[in-house]
Amino acid sequence: MQLKSRNNRDRDSLNAENRSSLRPSVFWRLVEDIPQPLNWVLIGISIGLPLILWWGVTTFGSIDAKFLPSPAAVAIAFQRLWSTGELQQDTIASLWRVGVGFFLSALFAIPIGIVMGSFRSIRALLEPLFGLMRYMPAPAFIPLLILYQGIDEAPKVMLIFIGTFFFNALMVMDTVKFVSKDLIEATYILGGNRLQTLLMVIFPHVIPGILDACRINLAAAWQLVIVAELIAATEGLGRRISVAGRFLRTDEIFVGIIVIGTIGLALDLLFQYLIRVFCKWSERN
Amino acid sequence: MFVQIDNISKQFQTQSGNLTVLKNININIDRGEFVCIVGASGSGKSTLLRQIAGLDTPSSGEIRIAGVPVKGPSPDRGMVFQNYTLYPWLSVQENTEFGLKLQGVSKRERRERASYYLNVVGLSDFARCLPNELSGGMKQRVAIARALVCEPQILLMDEPFGALDIHTKESMHEFIIDLWQRTKITILSITHDVEEAVFLSNRIFVLSSRPGTVKKEMTINLAERGANIKRHTIFQDYRDELMVLLRQYGAEGLVAAKV
Repeated sequence: MQLKSRNNRDRDSLNAENRSSLRPSVFWRLVEDIPQPLNWVLIGISIGLPLILWWGVTTFGSIDAKFLPSPAAVAIAFQRLWSTGELQQDTIASLWRVGVGFFLSALFAIPIGIVMGSFRSIRALLEPLFGLMRYMPAPAFIPLLILYQGIDEAPKVMLIFIGTFFFNALMVMDTVKFVSKDLIEATYILGGNRLQTLLMVIFPHVIPGILDACRINLAAAWQLVIVAELIAATEGLGRRISVAGRFLRTDEIFVGIIVIGTIGLALDLLFQYLIRVFCKWSERN
Repeated sequence: MFVQIDNISKQFQTQSGNLTVLKNININIDRGEFVCIVGASGSGKSTLLRQIAGLDTPSSGEIRIAGVPVKGPSPDRGMVFQNYTLYPWLSVQENTEFGLKLQGVSKRERRERASYYLNVVGLSDFARCLPNELSGGMKQRVAIARALVCEPQILLMDEPFGALDIHTKESMHEFIIDLWQRTKITILSITHDVEEAVFLSNRIFVLSSRPGTVKKEMTINLAERGANIKRHTIFQDYRDELMVLLRQYGAEGLVAAKV
């Protein structure tokens, strides 16, 4: 009896002293929202801090401006390239290539991806090939493309096509698996045939997934166009960087890189916006 | 007989050999009946419903509805799933019209018929909402309206209220009884909820587990089916009897499965 009560007492004290309860936190909340003001402050720091560091290093440090131009010098270079119209011309050239290449890629990849996701037969037919092609780096095809198509627009558009088509198709294929079997069977019971089910149920169901896949793969397309232009082009943002490098115009290289990054981010946000507006029903929101 | 389930068996190929899920099932249902099939998990009750819906074909035996053999899914047999299978991008109205759209009914007639059934299930005010704006019970009522719009010969329900909380479930029970009495439609529902079965049906079939066979047929004679009936001894007797049967055949199945 004595022993038992001692045991109980020990256990009670153990509970009180050693087992602390989870302390509340704002900053370290796991997968939970943080307060809006804190959110904005952190976003500000995320962009502002690197800028300040950059400014500080170039102003107070002893780095040669040929290697690292100051933010002000980059802003001036931006203004110069803008006023001559070169920057706009380059941006349009690059955007056009990405637009055409990626549009063609999506145009073929979306239906093929949906069909691959919907029919196990088509999937077995195409997935091994696509899976392999996906791991062949698109820039490795550049010599071949130049050999086949010269150095005009065609090989650049083709590079973007090759570099994004297989990813697009496989990612669209993957989104089809989120269409529940019950929903497809419910459609059969309501009188739908397979074609109707494909077009009126599976397709609308995967639209948010398609937009998301496009959003992610557009980033790859945007990188590939720069690679293509670095190698052979007469205009474009990649070409601008390449030429600037040859003349040690570091400020113009920085302008090019920042513009490329900003446009990429803008495209990403555009797709996020499209998903939010046109797919209100989707769980991706 | 309106629905004839004639000696149905179903086997599945598994890695460890043939698995018999349903064995020699014979069930007949009259037009306008409300029948529940009750069984423990593993009794193959959902498999049976899928055969009736035409989503799957039995290994042997035949199912006829109004004399016509079931060959595949058709709007003649409406079905309500446990997980509200609504089209999340379509409004309540469009969801309800969807079957008619698939069947090529004109836009105007579609709208009229869907509006009528949305009114029947009491959701006219929510016609323009998206499914994710509705509660579980409301979603299930849309699913019922969507099935009824096609004017099926029988309404099949696969544990339709299984995902609902207890209060919603009870109000859905009263709703479906009221609907059944007004539309005189034949309903076949599957459940493992004993009280639900006694409250809703006029006949209950009890399935055993592994393999699923019909062990018992119960006829339920309740004078009225209001909310108060659950306190009456007659209701409780039915419930207790069913509970004992279910426990007995469910347990038998477990023993059989181990051997």
